[in-house]
Amino acid sequence: MSKVYLILQDNDDSRYLVEAIEADNPEVTTIHQPALIRLEAEGRLVINRETVEDKLGRDWDVQELHLNLISLGGNVDEDEDRLELSWAV
Amino acid sequence: MAAKKLNLKDKYKLLTRDLDWDFSYEDRKQAFPYEDFEGIKIHDWSKWEDPFRLTMDAYWKYQAEKEKKLYAIFDASQQHNGHLNVSDARYINAIKLFLTGISPLEYQAYQGFAHVGRQFGGVGARVACQMQSIDELRHVQTQVHAMSQYNKFFDGFHDWTHMHDRVWYLSVPKSFFDDARTGGPFEFLVAISFSFEYVLTNLVFVPFMSGAAHNGDMATVTFGFSAQSDEARHMTLGLEVIKFLLEQDEANVPIVQKWIDKWFWRGTRLLSIVGMMMDYMLPNKVMSWKEGWEVYFEEAGGALFKDLARYGIRMPKYAGVIEKEKEHVSHQAWWTFYTYGHAAGFHTWIPTDEELDWLGEKYPDTFDKYYRPRWELAKKLEAEGKRIYHNALPQLCNTCQIPLLFTDMDNPTEVSHCVTEYQGDKYHFCSDGCKDIFEDEPEKYVQAWLPAHQIFQGNCGGPDIPDILKDYYHFNLGADNLDIKGSPDEQRWKEWKKQG
Amino acid sequence: MTIEIKTATIEPIRSTFANLQRRFGDKPASRYQEATYDVQAETNFHYRPLWQPDRLLNDKRRTAVVMEDWYSLKDPRQFYYGSYVQQRARMQEQAENNYAFFEKRDLARHLSDDARNSLIRHLVPLRHVEHTANLNNVYGSAYGYGTAVTQAMLFDGMDRLGIAQYLSRIGLILDGNTGESLSAAKQSWMQDSCWQGMRAMCEKSLTVEDWFETFVLQDLVIDTLMQELFYVRFDQWLSEHGGQDVGMLTEFMRDWYKDTSRWVDAVLKEAVSESAANQQLIQGWFGNWRGRVVEALAPVVADMNIDDAALDIALQTLDKRAAKVGL
Repeated sequence: MSKVYLILQDNDDSRYLVEAIEADNPEVTTIHQPALIRLEAEGRLVINRETVEDKLGRDWDVQELHLNLISLGGNVDEDEDRLELSWAV
Repeated sequence: MAAKKLNLKDKYKLLTRDLDWDFSYEDRKQAFPYEDFEGIKIHDWSKWEDPFRLTMDAYWKYQAEKEKKLYAIFDASQQHNGHLNVSDARYINAIKLFLTGISPLEYQAYQGFAHVGRQFGGVGARVACQMQSIDELRHVQTQVHAMSQYNKFFDGFHDWTHMHDRVWYLSVPKSFFDDARTGGPFEFLVAISFSFEYVLTNLVFVPFMSGAAHNGDMATVTFGFSAQSDEARHMTLGLEVIKFLLEQDEANVPIVQKWIDKWFWRGTRLLSIVGMMMDYMLPNKVMSWKEGWEVYFEEAGGALFKDLARYGIRMPKYAGVIEKEKEHVSHQAWWTFYTYGHAAGFHTWIPTDEELDWLGEKYPDTFDKYYRPRWELAKKLEAEGKRIYHNALPQLCNTCQIPLLFTDMDNPTEVSHCVTEYQGDKYHFCSDGCKDIFEDEPEKYVQAWLPAHQIFQGNCGGPDIPDILKDYYHFNLGADNLDIKGSPDEQRWKEWKKQG
Repeated sequence: MTIEIKTATIEPIRSTFANLQRRFGDKPASRYQEATYDVQAETNFHYRPLWQPDRLLNDKRRTAVVMEDWYSLKDPRQFYYGSYVQQRARMQEQAENNYAFFEKRDLARHLSDDARNSLIRHLVPLRHVEHTANLNNVYGSAYGYGTAVTQAMLFDGMDRLGIAQYLSRIGLILDGNTGESLSAAKQSWMQDSCWQGMRAMCEKSLTVEDWFETFVLQDLVIDTLMQELFYVRFDQWLSEHGGQDVGMLTEFMRDWYKDTSRWVDAVLKEAVSESAANQQLIQGWFGNWRGRVVEALAPVVADMNIDDAALDIALQTLDKRAAKVGL
């Protein structure tokens, strides 16, 4: 299975996003590079609105992710509750 | 009436997808005339899956928030002499190349997406392209605003649009985008949305920008990452375009494959400039070009092509050559610019001994064997007061417009040179990849505005090279060009640092 | 920032980019100027467009209007991307509050049947007109010349998509998010005789080739008449017929029009005053489309049952506006 990935700006918002992603995707690998955080996983990675809201302690719209997102790899499926990245093979 | 809750997908569909209608009074072909000539078959635009579902109100809201943050950084940088925080004056030259070579491509992307955002018959595709169009306008404008500060303190930024239209090495990026925009609307999307945005621009905007951060350039990393936050949308558009074309008709598969072959090759050639920026122009290193290439091209691109195999799409032609090139291109490109440093609008230099060691470590199979000896020679000559400058105008590849500087990848001391004939004239290429592209559409590529040919034909003023550089390119000779050693940039930098 | 240097010793070597120095002298330039002037490529294009082989990639000849310097068509609002989205973000915040208030208080409940029916039949179909306006402005952005005018046309194009979406939301408020009113409005747009003139006009406008002519047709003629008829006269009718709260939902369109007219008028005035030939040309387009758009709108105005004089008044507004820009 190929790796999907997500890259976030290294800032305060992203710390909570990373926590949420790590909580929902135990297999994820988190890599820190200057000014960015890269998260990668085999085949699939998901960000759930509810988990992010728990971490942030406020309402969070999935589209807010785009404020801190630098890049991604994988097929994207986005709705109001989650954003999922996946490769079928 | 109790309103039912609408999910994002249905809401977006109701707000956007239903706006168009079947024409009764005019021929739709007259309103959308360019959809057929490339041979792509579209049976049903309603099968288009919106790659992202952002309505304009949300777009304004989120983008305004991004812009507010970005301009706060620019303001702070300008008020506090942010240009003094970069690692070294040499670093600035990388962003001179960025402003003169890459920012104008953002503008062309704006224009190209406005064109297809008007022309596609499907409203979903049109709207996605229009949003990308306005995003691209954002990118060029934020880049100019970021560089405005550097232009006030360093040479080489001052006439960036004028230079982009004329300077020899800038015809490489310019011809790339001219090629995409002059193609049909579907080729444009395969070229830019898919090949370029989905795979290749990551190399510019992720590792290079991380490098900018590592070299203390807050303004650049901020616009770079802020631009990339739009790019994630553009990438999903790129992937959707490909799937849509491949799913609409089997007959589209070979056409799309041909475009993928062409545009990955053309993109790879274009990025050799970025390779040299990464390996040679960033004083503080993040990763080598080769490492970046492996992560963003081989790994990410590999996953993508594995996924597309189900449609009958294979890896781009010459992927094998491309894999070998990662060991060589950055070194060959920087050497060329070093030896033509008098004709470049930015400064060049010999890497420091530590940098030579770093390159040796990062390229254990090639650097010490093929490239280090050149730099040792350059060092020796420089010490003798005979810095190398080549004066002959180079032979340019008729497709990518890069001088014939790349070698045969299996024989790295032999310059690669291919020739073809068309209507009795000979045309020269750097590679089989570029020759193939020409041979597929010779009537297009014979039109290329090749800077060296144009100089020979007297279309760039002159007749002497310094006159051309000064009067036609608008270089400030002795300030913009030549080695960083002894340049006004270097002198000012030392002066500022001494005071600091 | 840890570096402390006497700022006096760090003098800039130039105030701005060379193209702006040539235009305005060596003085600090505004962000609008830096983001706008001379940004578009001018010369040495490599290939002819496969889709239009008789033209260059960027070509002044895509309109018959002739300008000595296309950058003289500047935007009085000085919108570049950043200032544009920030201005629109403020407007959308206000609109969002209005829509939220309207929905929360369920103000649709207070609408008379007449008002509700007329909204679906007459206002919601405008989303299709706005969609046409989106395409017509993006057309100018794609084929126009010089960043000054082409960027503003893209801003207008995106504005129109936004307005089409606001109008759609009015429909969704009326039908409780089922989309029924949007279908009914589309049915009306496609089939009701009162709309067919305007629908034919929209289709026609999408086939006009000269981008400046499209601009005159859309942004001057159609937009002025629509604004006057639907957002002024019809709004008045709604107030008198149990639909006064709808004004909250169309405030964005009125604010937008005021903002955008400033730009449209400035561009027209500059182009018209450039030469007698431009004046004549634009006058010709204006005269031609003015009559045809009025004809296209007459049946829907009659069907709306608003003030009999509405169309005449709208026409006077248009003529006054045209006179102001030299037509």
